[in-house]
Amino acid sequence: MIGIRIALAGNPNVGKTTLFNALTGSRQHVGNWPGVTVEKKTGRINRNGHTIEVIDLPGTYSLTAYSADEVVARDYILEEKPDVVVQVVDATHLERNLYLTTQITELEVPVVIALNMVDEAEATGCTIDRERLSSLLEIPVVRTVGTRGEGLDDLLDAAVREAKTSPHHEHIVGYGNEIEAMIASLVGVLAADKDLGDRYPLRWLAARLLEGDENALAKVKESPVSSRVQDILSGTDLDEYEAAMADRRYDVIAAVLPQVRTAGARSMNVSEMIDRVVTDRYLGIPIFLALMWGAFELTFVVAAPFVALIEAGLAWLSAAVAGWLGPAWLASLVGDGIIGGVGSVLVFVPNIFILFLFLSFLEDTGYLARAAFIMDRLMYAIGLPGKAFIPMLIGFGCNVPGIMAARTIEGEKDRLITILVNPFISCSARLPVYILFAGAFFGAAAGAVVFFLYVLGISTAIGSAKLFRHTILPGESSPFIMEMPPYRLPTVGTSLLHTWSRGAMYVRKAGTIILAGALVVWCLASFPFGVEYGSSESLAGSLGRLLEPLVAPLGFDWKIAVALLFGLVAKEVVVGSLGVLYGTGEEGDALSTALLADPGLSAATALALMVFVLLYAPCLATIATIRKEAGSWRWAGFSVAYGLVLAWTLSLIVGRIAPFFLGGA
Amino acid sequence: MEPSDRTAPRGGAVTTLDRIDLGCRCRVVGIRASGALRKRLFAMGMVPGADVEAIRVAPLGDPVEYRVKGYALSMRRAEAGLIEVVLEEE
Ligand SMILES: Nc1nc2c(ncn2[C@@H]2O[C@H](COP(=O)(O)OP(=O)(O)OP(=O)(O)O)[C@@H](O)[C@H]2O)c(=O)[nH]1
Ligand SMILES: [Mg+2]
Repeated sequence: MIGIRIALAGNPNVGKTTLFNALTGSRQHVGNWPGVTVEKKTGRINRNGHTIEVIDLPGTYSLTAYSADEVVARDYILEEKPDVVVQVVDATHLERNLYLTTQITELEVPVVIALNMVDEAEATGCTIDRERLSSLLEIPVVRTVGTRGEGLDDLLDAAVREAKTSPHHEHIVGYGNEIEAMIASLVGVLAADKDLGDRYPLRWLAARLLEGDENALAKVKESPVSSRVQDILSGTDLDEYEAAMADRRYDVIAAVLPQVRTAGARSMNVSEMIDRVVTDRYLGIPIFLALMWGAFELTFVVAAPFVALIEAGLAWLSAAVAGWLGPAWLASLVGDGIIGGVGSVLVFVPNIFILFLFLSFLEDTGYLARAAFIMDRLMYAIGLPGKAFIPMLIGFGCNVPGIMAARTIEGEKDRLITILVNPFISCSARLPVYILFAGAFFGAAAGAVVFFLYVLGISTAIGSAKLFRHTILPGESSPFIMEMPPYRLPTVGTSLLHTWSRGAMYVRKAGTIILAGALVVWCLASFPFGVEYGSSESLAGSLGRLLEPLVAPLGFDWKIAVALLFGLVAKEVVVGSLGVLYGTGEEGDALSTALLADPGLSAATALALMVFVLLYAPCLATIATIRKEAGSWRWAGFSVAYGLVLAWTLSLIVGRIAPFFLGGA
Repeated sequence: MEPSDRTAPRGGAVTTLDRIDLGCRCRVVGIRASGALRKRLFAMGMVPGADVEAIRVAPLGDPVEYRVKGYALSMRRAEAGLIEVVLEEE
């Protein structure tokens, strides 16, 4: 009947999304590093006749938003006014978490504390007296363990109860006579503006103004009382007030803590021991590189037998289909179009899954934050904060979440640079192209070739970042200040779930975009009626020859031109289109055999092609994400143009140089 | 690069956080940063009066990881240099 909106807020990495998933049955992305969630997500539950809407917000350290993801959280709480805010609190870091509580309560919105990660606190022997905490703060405190789904019912009960008992008054930090007098006089002035008073709690607004909060200043700027507010503020040292107020908040917390928490004997800290090794002065970087190389090897070696198995299965299927299906055109549609196109992409599912398994391991253990810590100095050299390294690592899976992850980067220019270089990080969609061509043309050296491509992608990203920093987006790198989460042991279940939910996207893509692409290419290759399938007289041939002059200097023929054109939609489509055009369905041969047999393709051309696919324009989904995150089509257009020029140039160079290394192949 | 290369500050004297030796504890007495960075530092527990300990340095010499308010926070020396501290007597 009555809808209740519950917002999940709190510091980063305290388990908001874990609770959200447990409450709503969703499968939003969870990871053991601060800044996983960067957009708000909504889920619905029906409970005792109530429709409850739960909103998962990005983590934030304070309501003075600092980065783009924090703005999302602050604006939601402030402007959308949820019926109740559930602040998820990490029981092991009470002090810092409660700082946010002191800010949220000033908003005069009903609050419930979900005391999460209690299992970890208890493991160190620390106990928290929830009842006492609750009565001191005048806020209900519920015990939860998000990962095990404990305390969900109690949490919902408390949230619904609080939402219904509004209007509300919460325990609010008193700032001492001098500051309270300032607040009171500000409130007196602000009260003259009815509009402002309707939208924001005035005491909160006054306190924020005293702290010199830009966002609060902007809110009163349009108001008729603006000049009188300025009069009060002008004669004061806001930095002083700010420090005094922060100090008071921590004082209040410091007074509460000893009454509610009994610290356990701090046991031997496993996180500390792991960190001694992986961030060691001498071992840190070798371990990082070894992990990357190991992941890379795994992606190929472990996957190989599975790939062979799928290949064999598809070969059998297409042979069988050729026998069953009557009309030749139907056999061609299914054999060449669907099996040739979609099948050639599905073959690489094992590689993709292993890559995702590795990425989720990085995220879930907490190593990702250490990678940023280790690489920060390097990022500094190219003018970016170490956090910019995280979007890059995420980009190896897919550039779309990689670009989204840039929201956690504070400086606007830093964020833009991080967004613009992300497409050069070789995402999983490009992997099939490499495996196909490197496997066909480089035999035993295939691994090294693919590794070279990854390194080339990273180098291009770094080089471009430096270039942008010195030209279009000049400035200093923003500060690197990052919380280091404790290591957590991911369970087999959650790792597989994460891998599956992302890997499934690849499979789904194969069944949608790639299938559509393959069908279009099949039609182009089959019409007009009467032409030989996939010949240069077909529509595809005409289209390809139209484009051919553009890529001829790189040694690409019309088939490749067509594949590259459709590959703009999604890069796997390059493989899918070639699968269709080379008509691998009939013979049941693997596409690689057909490519190898093409006299127009040499190892050098294959390498040039892989370089081209690595760098040329981002896929449609990525372009749309750049447009959304950078806020204008201009940047998206720039990204496409820059990528095309770079791809063309580098691939020309590689194509010319490679024969010398490959013995004139 | 290493903090220990410089003359290590003695207890009681005001210095900055980037100059603290690993394993040393100190107390924050002032924050020289302003604007958004200042608010960020406050929210992350770097407030006057907070106890801070330098735990480890990244392999390339920067950033440094500190323990403050019971959790681990890493930051660049550039930012740590804005935080005034006094060493705590052993
Ligand atoms: N031991 C333990 N771990 C938990 C609990 N809740 C969450 N975690 C883990 O904590 C980490 C962070 O969880 P998330 O749900 O992604 O945290 P978040 O608050 O959404 O983080 P951001 O989106 O980055 O702000 C993950 O590794 C979870 O598995 C809990 O109650 N106990
Ligand atoms: Mg989250």
